[in-house]
Amino acid sequence: MKTYKSTTLFASFMLGAALCGAGAAYAAKISISCGAVGQEYEFCKTGGEAWAKKTGNEINLVSTPNSATERLALYQQLLAAGAPDIDVFQIDVVWPGTLNNHFLDLAPFAKDAVKSHFPAIIQNNTIEGKLIAMPWFTDAGLLYYRKDLLEKHGAKPPQTWQELTDTAKKIQDAERAAGNDKMWGFVWQGRAYEGLTCNALEWVASYNGGTVVDKDGKITINNPQAAAAINTAAGWVKNISPEGVLNYTEEEARGVFQSGNAVFMRNWPYAWSLAQGPESAIKGKVGVSALPKGGADGRSAATLGGWQLAVSKYSKNKELSADLVMYLTSAEEQKRRAIKGAYNPTIESLYKDPEILAAAPFMGELYDTFVNAIARPSTPTGAKYNQASNEFWNAVYSVLSGKAKADASLAQLEASLKRMSRGGKW
Amino acid sequence: MATATTELADRALGAASIAAPAQKSHLTRSRVRAAWLFLAPMLILLAMVAGWPLFRTIWFSFTDANLSDLSSAKFIGFENYLAYNDGEWYGVLADGEWWNAVWNTLKFSVVSVTIETILGLIVALVLNASFPGRSLVRAAVLIPWAIPTIVSAKMWSWMMHDQFGILNHMLLGVGLISAPLAWTASPDLAMTAVIMVDVWKTTPFMALLILAALQMLPTDCYEAARVDGIHPVRVFFKVTLPLIRPALMVAVIFRLLDALRIFDLIYVLTSNSKDTMSMSVYARQQLVDFQSVGYGSAASTLLFLTVGLCVVLYITFGRVRFDGR
Amino acid sequence: MKKLLGWVGFYLLVAAIILYSVFPFYYAIVTSLKAGSQLFSVEYFPTTWNWDNYVSVFREQPFAYNLLNSVLVSFSVVALSLFFGVTAAFALGRVQFRGRGLLLMTVLAVSMFPQVAVLSGMFELIRGLGLYNNLLGLVISYMIFTLPFTVWVLTTFMRDLPKELEEAAIMDGANPWQIIVKVFMPLMWPALVTTGLLAFIAAWNEFLFALTFTLTNTQRTVPVAIALISGASQYELPWGNIMAASVIVTLPVVILVLIFQRRIVSGLTAGAVKG
Repeated sequence: MKTYKSTTLFASFMLGAALCGAGAAYAAKISISCGAVGQEYEFCKTGGEAWAKKTGNEINLVSTPNSATERLALYQQLLAAGAPDIDVFQIDVVWPGTLNNHFLDLAPFAKDAVKSHFPAIIQNNTIEGKLIAMPWFTDAGLLYYRKDLLEKHGAKPPQTWQELTDTAKKIQDAERAAGNDKMWGFVWQGRAYEGLTCNALEWVASYNGGTVVDKDGKITINNPQAAAAINTAAGWVKNISPEGVLNYTEEEARGVFQSGNAVFMRNWPYAWSLAQGPESAIKGKVGVSALPKGGADGRSAATLGGWQLAVSKYSKNKELSADLVMYLTSAEEQKRRAIKGAYNPTIESLYKDPEILAAAPFMGELYDTFVNAIARPSTPTGAKYNQASNEFWNAVYSVLSGKAKADASLAQLEASLKRMSRGGKW
Repeated sequence: MATATTELADRALGAASIAAPAQKSHLTRSRVRAAWLFLAPMLILLAMVAGWPLFRTIWFSFTDANLSDLSSAKFIGFENYLAYNDGEWYGVLADGEWWNAVWNTLKFSVVSVTIETILGLIVALVLNASFPGRSLVRAAVLIPWAIPTIVSAKMWSWMMHDQFGILNHMLLGVGLISAPLAWTASPDLAMTAVIMVDVWKTTPFMALLILAALQMLPTDCYEAARVDGIHPVRVFFKVTLPLIRPALMVAVIFRLLDALRIFDLIYVLTSNSKDTMSMSVYARQQLVDFQSVGYGSAASTLLFLTVGLCVVLYITFGRVRFDGR
Repeated sequence: MKKLLGWVGFYLLVAAIILYSVFPFYYAIVTSLKAGSQLFSVEYFPTTWNWDNYVSVFREQPFAYNLLNSVLVSFSVVALSLFFGVTAAFALGRVQFRGRGLLLMTVLAVSMFPQVAVLSGMFELIRGLGLYNNLLGLVISYMIFTLPFTVWVLTTFMRDLPKELEEAAIMDGANPWQIIVKVFMPLMWPALVTTGLLAFIAAWNEFLFALTFTLTNTQRTVPVAIALISGASQYELPWGNIMAASVIVTLPVVILVLIFQRRIVSGLTAGAVKG
């Protein structure tokens, strides 16, 4: 029976091959959701098509919402229904804990390739012993500054937040006195959304205040360093940062900075090429450095961002999809993306690649920042990460908007996280 | 129940009911048959698109369903609504944030619907007068309603930007404010900003419905009033308002329903900020962001009940308030 | 003098209404003609006439398809809801039968449920019917918000029509369907056009269902397409393109209003005849 079946299969296969002409092997169509945005979309397309050509398959790009929250909502809807419509998903660094039930374990397909990637990201993507996504590119928070203004006022890029506050205040006041009354010292992302969690985590971690929840699931946020960090940030609002910063996302902050109305900005690497674009009012006047330290004994901390590729459990072509993921995350493809699009590779050895360093020098200069980026506590909190993050940014937001004091707010945050996690067990 | 609801619906429609004594004549019976025949397609369609999803949501509100694995949902009774456990109250009804959302929603709905009704009435009266270029004005008035909410919310957030928004620029230019306002960021202003955009966006809806009612009014009353030399304002309150009341009531009900369920505007303008969180935003946060389908469904069901309660209250008291006859 | 003052006051009011309604849209047009960093400066009048944004909207994605999809979906929604609405309104507004009030309240209750909450149930329904990524699925799901509204508004209007007209028609031996089409419809143009227009715009603007129930770019409607327009990198907002697309989307509705507003006026004459 079995032989019979396979012979017919074989026969029909031959017939199909004959009909389609020589060389047309069994071709599957893999749907991939990667990059909603222009340049990213283009890179995914060229990469995916290269794979398709090499393996004789087809690739179908699905565009999804640009906003990470909306994209996650759409993914959840599709995955909860077990829909096979998308095979390969591009997921944010904080989603593995939320979506892990729906994805395939990629370890058997990745084999040795796992070792070449940053261990921190691999660990982030490993849930209950399953490697559910392969790292694709990484991101980290950076400090942008106006080289020209700093030089003009005889200041150096700040090493600590205190220095940043003083420098920002000094330049802001001097520039305003000189007639530029729109000038602000520092812009960042203060809206009540995931971006605030990224910003606040950087402040807290730079003061050695921990990462809200440690890797064993213990809630660590209620400590004096964390309170000091958040108080420092609250002191910026209406002082060196406009009140409107409390509703800024990345783009609003970049808008202010790029129109020349801010001395410092906290943002992701994407802002670099835009600030240096031909239309930019501050072209050639921008410098980038690691974010300041909490104090003399503090450290420089950048929140880890970036995207991974995962294969849906409901895919009809699991092996081929996994193969596509392996191709897209390979050193060769990551190098191409790094050179042409300045996407930070997740493979350690690529940071020493002369071609990449020539194309994007900051990858070499800020290597430590990318390697040591702080992960948000998405692994210990698992499926409850969004909820925990929401509590965290709300607690920080209430301090920033002057509605609560930092120690009281953090104590309350600790209580609600304890309640949510059933005593740190998550 | 049936009579009570009939009465409610009749009141809402403001009908001087066609209440004829129920003669079971041949004609009446064939009319009733025709009525059911006409109703059937609509009812089947509604049962399909609304009945099933509603039933499912209500069912999930009694389970511990989670978005990552819906099939393993277990029945847990009223625990999502209210439960007492180890000296602490759990559930939507014990959640301060939920009540904050309820309060925000009610505040938003009452203020915005009131402003919209008044503005809509004014706009409709203007459009009802005949003057050159009326058709263009009509089209102009509808523009805000025609722009997709997602886009108009983004557009306004850009216009309300504290640094390069045109709104602050204008107000500063006129001298109404001395420093740029952080419209969407400041806790005191955020709700005002949301209401402002909602009024801008949905006044055309009210205006158009009221205009249709005005257009269908018989002209003879007005002739009589003009002949008698009654002041136009008096005519408006004594003749126009009572006559368009049924249409106005329906327009207000649907605006109210929409306002109580407000979601996308707040979501785009101020995100998940607690100062403006509405019941729908809360429900969505639970359902989607936190994946708690059970808990979120309970919040949705409560939202449904709250909205229903508001409508019943409105219909019951609306009659008293609007009865100018 | 008093008349002149009233006249001036009236036109000031008209001007204020126009300014209030149109200014944000006007600002969108101004913005859509800008490029790059110009976006971050406030300008009341367009300084450059940069049409790139309009060109790129059509070049970078199947925007023409999206427009066509939106038109198809919205017109089908209007046709279906008006058909079901008118027949239901006749039954609910002109015929006395038990359970009528209950039915009206049930129909209303449908509009009390938050869209986010019906989303997953609707998603299952659409998949179950095999209408995922199909425009028909959108048409059916949009009925949940256009139908209750249409039924209620038309019922109110249908009720207020004089009884004598219907009685005369019955005397002439007309059946209910003929009464609706021949007697009531001509009188109800203002209500029909208005509800139709509002349903059209509601369907035209819908976002959440359209995003969830379609997958490929060529099946998407305009609001989704606009929301998915993206800049060159993750956080960059292509403001110029979004504004250009919004202007393009709004124009058909404006044209529609200009065409149909005559019908709103013709209702007036019909009403006058009846008096």
